[in-house]
Amino acid sequence: MADQPLVIGFETSCDETGVGLVRGHTLLADALATSMAEHERFGGVVPEIASRAHLEAMVPTVHRALADAGATVDDVDAIAVTSGPGLTGALLVGVAAAKAYALALGKPLYGVNHLAAHVAVDELQHGPLAEPSIALLVSGGHSSLLLVPDLAQEVQSLGRTVDDAAGEAFDKVARVLGLPFPGGPPIDRAAREGDPRAIGFPRGLTGPRDAPYDFSFSGLKTAVARWVEARQRAGEDVPVADVAASFQEAVADVLTAKAVRACRDHGVDHLVLGGGVAANSRLRALAEERCAAAGIVLRVPSPRLCTDNGAMVAALGSRLVAAGVAPSSPDLGADSSLPIEVIRG
Amino acid sequence: MGTATGRPLSRAWRGSVTSSDVLVLALDTATPVLVAGLARWSAVGGTTVLAERAVPSGTRHAELLTPAIRGVLEDAGLAMGDLDAVVTGLGPGPFTGLRVGVVTAAALADARGLRVIGVCSLDAIGTGERTVVTDARRREIYWATYGADGGRLTGPSVDKPADVQLPEPVVGDPTFAAARLGRAVGEARVTTAGLLRAAGPQLADPASAGPLVPLYLRRPDATPPTAIKAVSQS
Ligand SMILES: Nc1ncnc2c1ncn2[C@@H]1O[C@H](COP(=O)(O)OP(=O)(O)O)[C@@H](O)[C@H]1O
Ligand SMILES: [Mg+2]
Repeated sequence: MADQPLVIGFETSCDETGVGLVRGHTLLADALATSMAEHERFGGVVPEIASRAHLEAMVPTVHRALADAGATVDDVDAIAVTSGPGLTGALLVGVAAAKAYALALGKPLYGVNHLAAHVAVDELQHGPLAEPSIALLVSGGHSSLLLVPDLAQEVQSLGRTVDDAAGEAFDKVARVLGLPFPGGPPIDRAAREGDPRAIGFPRGLTGPRDAPYDFSFSGLKTAVARWVEARQRAGEDVPVADVAASFQEAVADVLTAKAVRACRDHGVDHLVLGGGVAANSRLRALAEERCAAAGIVLRVPSPRLCTDNGAMVAALGSRLVAAGVAPSSPDLGADSSLPIEVIRG
Repeated sequence: MGTATGRPLSRAWRGSVTSSDVLVLALDTATPVLVAGLARWSAVGGTTVLAERAVPSGTRHAELLTPAIRGVLEDAGLAMGDLDAVVTGLGPGPFTGLRVGVVTAAALADARGLRVIGVCSLDAIGTGERTVVTDARRREIYWATYGADGGRLTGPSVDKPADVQLPEPVVGDPTFAAARLGRAVGEARVTTAGLLRAAGPQLADPASAGPLVPLYLRRPDATPPTAIKAVSQS
């Protein structure tokens, strides 16, 4: 193992400052700082607040990762950094820091795609990805179905959300229900006490003529808000647990149905989940159930690795180094809308 | 090193001043022209600039800064391992670009155990008695005034041009001044010599180097990417 390169990964695409260390497929450190609490009262991530926090946390988070791995900065063999997609100002803190470390240490630099990194992180827990795999990526900023013939070389987009991301829907519905930000975890918790069949919320883009792999969550979010507002206007109590459970069921139902269909249509028997929403307990359970029924092997990283972190970036960097992919050019910058097909920025 | 909130931005300087001669990398990304320079500094001999690149990088500081640093090292026939200290402008300047220089200085210094010193970027523009103006966007200016000995008298501040009286002579980017202030100014920009001059006291007394905190001067715009309104209407 020691003959494999030590890769450090930097993640600053949103509100998490992450630095991870990976050797081969082995996770050595996963240090994280977050400005989440500073965004809470705005009900969403404020880019400038996140960027300022990244600058403060960047170097201390590198130190924590190195200390956790029992390594020094001179042991690092390659540097990977999320170069997109994400918030430009936030991304640039990580990109500039990574470029400086690469220059100072004389080591190669790999700008990597945040979404591909969400897929790559599973290799740290479950070993090499079966290829091809279908990947379902669901986070606060993205909802995508991908066909992954080779994570180091080729990723194809099958579909994506046409409006809100799945995590965004969780966050907005949480607001409607008076639950804290980010909304995923509190809805997940509240839903445990609720009846998922209590309210029949709409399943977006599931009609016979709809795009089979695209998602839409904006209508669902609106339906939940209307339902809750109607209750409130009538002076009735809002059954938070039932609303949470029914909303969550609608999301999990659509996501898993489309993912399983993508596997079937493409003759692929491996599905990997990634992104913050993949931490959702109902999504995980329903995916297990439906994959088992369809003969699909399901891989889901632990919740800690589903949300944004530096280890996922190091994991993809490690894959790129092993595959002999050329490093990024010295004028690497950030690309807030880096297409998913571009694995190395 | 520490920040305003007391969290360290960079690990402590590991070196020691064994010779009085210090090789300094100077950086600034507070204006649309990024600056990377190399200079030799000593308490007795002052500053000798060895190489400088001023790149009209606009909003591409992150892309072009490390290539510029590589460039000045090549120009001077030196390597990263020769450096003793990093000096960086802390602004004021447009936030996103400004952070590129500051985090680059912090990371370079951290990776190689170098001293790192932050200075006000306006101090590095022009010499002697003057008012320095730069573009703060949103129809505002960053500005500071300096006395005959070159020491800063007021600022740095951010204001609408109409709200302030700028003592003559005013210096800065003439193109910006013509377009946005409707007046002529003496041409001056951030230079390696200016950054070293501003860092002089801290180079002479390493213990006096303050934390690497950008001079933002404005609070963050607290508007999340998706505006908050009743969810059913969004
Ligand atoms: N248990 C959960 N159930 C549903 N959503 C969750 C859960 N945990 C986190 N999330 C959602 O994941 C999103 C964050 O995903 P992450 O991948 O960390 O960030 P980003 O969207 O910035 O890439 C948030 O919208 C959050 O509400
Ligand atoms: Mg993410």
